[in-house]
Order: sequence, then C-alpha cells, then structure tokens
Amino acid sequence: MAVTVRIPGVLRAEAGGQSSLEILSDGGMTLSAVLDQIGTTWPLLERRIRDEQGGLRRYVNLYIDGEECRGLAGLGTAVPDRAEILVIPSIAGG
Amino acid sequence: MTTSVLAIGTGKGLFLARSDDDRKTWEINGPHFPMTGVYSVGIDTRRDPVRLLAGVESSHFGPIVGYSDDLGGSWQEPATRPIAFPEESESALARVWQIAPAPADQPDVVYAGTEPQGLFRSIDGGVTYEFVRGLWDHPHRPEWGAGFGGPAIHTIIPHATDPKRVLVAMSTGGVYRTEDGGDNWQASNSGIRAYFLPDEYPEFGQCVHKVAASPGRPEQYFAQNHHGVYRSDDAGATWVSIADGLPSDFGFAMVAHPHRPGVIYNFPLEADGRRYPPEARCRVYRSEDAGATWQPLSDGLPAEPFYPTVLRDAMCADNAETVGIYFGTRGGEVFASRNEGEHWHQIAAHLPEVLCLRASVV
Repeated sequence: MAVTVRIPGVLRAEAGGQSSLEILSDGGMTLSAVLDQIGTTWPLLERRIRDEQGGLRRYVNLYIDGEECRGLAGLGTAVPDRAEILVIPSIAGG
Repeated sequence: MTTSVLAIGTGKGLFLARSDDDRKTWEINGPHFPMTGVYSVGIDTRRDPVRLLAGVESSHFGPIVGYSDDLGGSWQEPATRPIAFPEESESALARVWQIAPAPADQPDVVYAGTEPQGLFRSIDGGVTYEFVRGLWDHPHRPEWGAGFGGPAIHTIIPHATDPKRVLVAMSTGGVYRTEDGGDNWQASNSGIRAYFLPDEYPEFGQCVHKVAASPGRPEQYFAQNHHGVYRSDDAGATWVSIADGLPSDFGFAMVAHPHRPGVIYNFPLEADGRRYPPEARCRVYRSEDAGATWQPLSDGLPAEPFYPTVLRDAMCADNAETVGIYFGTRGGEVFASRNEGEHWHQIAAHLPEVLCLRASVV
C-alpha cells in the first residue's frame, strides 16, 4: 500500500528532481507520518514544508484527495491508502 | 593581483561580485537562492578554500542556511537542520540575521544570530550549530521587543582575544555580553538612551541597531542606536555619545576599519520619522579619532537628491591592505571605495533591495 505525494516544480530539486513520491503506507498513516517518511529520504524537502517543531509552514498547503489539510485535522489527518497528496505553495509575494 | 569578493544579500537572492584587478572592476553573478531574502552572509577566510555562508529566508519554505566552498559555484545544506530551536523552546527558526565567524584562533567557530532571539554556535565551520541556551534562558527575554524588523539577534561580536567573551545586540533589547562562554549574560546598555520608553535609560530595552568592534582595542566598541551614536571604552559596560559632528544621530550601519583602531564609518539618516539621508545628500561619514570628529565622504557618490536607506548590515569593509568600504541601498545600488572612503564608484545598480554586504580578499 502507498500514497502519492505530488511535488511542485519549485521543490523538485529537494526531491532529487522527482515530480512525485510514492510513500509506503500501512493504511493508517497521518499526514505527519507521511512527512516523517519523506524526511528520512529527502530531509531538505521535509524542512521546506514543516518547521523544526513540526508545524506546517504558513504558505504551504497540503491537499489530501482534494481537501486542504487545515480544513481537516491538519497534520494529524489520516491519509487513506492510495491517497494523493498535493503540495501547493500559496500565491503570495511581490 | 588579488581577487576580492563582495557578497550582496538582497530581498530576492544573493549576488556575488568578484574583482580580479584590485577592486577597480567587478563582475556580478546571481541570483543565488532566487526569490529569497538573503539577510545574512559571511565570508570565512580562515578556511582554505574560503567558505561563503548564507542565511536565507523563503517566504514560502522558511529559512535556509547554506554554505559554499567554491565561491558560489555550488551550495551545500546538511541533511540535519543546521540551525534548529530545541523542542522545549516551543519556537522555530524564522530567519538568520547574522553570521559571524570567530577570530582566526578559533578556526571552526561560527556564530549565528536568529529570529526569534536565539544565538547559535558552530564548531564545524558553519555547517551545523548548537543552541546557546544561556542567552535564551535570560530572565529579561520575555521583555525583549520585536522592533520593526523582528525579534532578532542582529549583531554578534566574538571578542578578539578571549573566546569566552561574546557581545550581541538586538532591537529591541539592546547589548548583552557574556564572559563565560555563553552561560551567563549581562545587559550592557549603560548610557544608551531609549527615548521611546518612559525611563529613557533603562537597564535593557534599547533599540541598538548595530555594534562594531575596534581592531587592536578589544575593549572598544561603537554603536549606532535608534537615535544615538555611542562608543564604549570598557568592553560595553558603559557608553558615551559620539554623535556630535554627525548631521544626525539616526541610522542603521556602523562599520569599523579592520586595521586602524578608532576609524569608523556611518551612514546617517535624518530621523526615525524621516529615514532619508540628511539634506537628501548621499554621504558616508568617517571618524578617524573614535568618534571625536567626523568627516563627510562623498567624492564619486551621486550629487543629485538621494533618498534610499542603508540598512544595518548593508555596509561593510573588506580586509585588503588599503581597505575597501562598501554600502548598498534599498534602491538596489551598491557603491564601493577602494581607498578607505576617499573616492567612491558605483559597482551595481538595479538590484533588488540590498539587505546585507560582506567583502573580502580571497
């Protein structure tokens, strides 16, 4: 079982150039656990998404099968098997 | 002929200027770390090859602390977070405001000052850093303010001869010193005015913008305050005004000549409420007698009305025998003097706003 994490172009260098990552899942992972898994292989990618206290960076959005995680249970949201997670930076800046 | 490097941290990336003809002409490359604010840079000439250090903030993806051992050809970032607040601090790194290599007799020691007000110490040349808990645990910390720029340690001066002594400064909070390697810290603001507080001479809470150390005089420091320019001759214990002779006592930058004790550079701004050069004239001020007198330096600088600000770390000196002085503006211009301020020329224009500069012969 696995979940798919889609990586935006601006972060692909931190994922070895990949546009998506397959993360093995036991079927009961939280979003935080998915990020922990990412951090073991792609630590720079993980730290672009979360701070050292585990907080999701303000202008990074994580969608689980189309639902932004802040409207669910945040990083504690359970990620179903075969879910697709989109990492999408906010539109911001000048 | 020597090679010189000028690192230009801007609001949208790091630019590197290189001169191979004793700073007559410069070639600029970049941006490195595009679309990030580069708030701190360091050039560690104690190492061979020279190491560049950069404290970068992406508004989306947070802080990045990187280094380069090939003058910016490539940048490295360790797998573990190089600077991280411990869990019990309940804080997270927002920005690195200052990167300060220690003196040459501590060849692997580099300090980093952060937002929030953390001090970190590296013993591996700036690859990874340890949290200096003594300053974080200071009982004054809950009362330190954010200033306008943010709650940060923006100045770090390792003592020239004693590795256990370090001076830091913050806005607001003021100057603090340790004499025991960082376990204990003393507020060191006696004589520095905080006009914006009911008690104008408090123990701490001053808005010190920048401090510089005098070479060869390890007890002498100079400070640009939020209104007020000061000198200390007793390692920061007490401060006296040296603002007489300047057109204004407001500004951000304070730079010490790296070889000549008591020679300092300043870029005055009119006032807190009018952050423009006085009379809209682009002038650097230099004192060669530790602040007793000041001379304007403007030969080669723009003669037309000039309004940009020079931020606290956007002015620096290099380490050449005949020292170069540099300043960058929020208008994206960089000016340089290759003869200690006597004559200036513009070496960059149309950059994003300049946040910080560091220069060195490499």
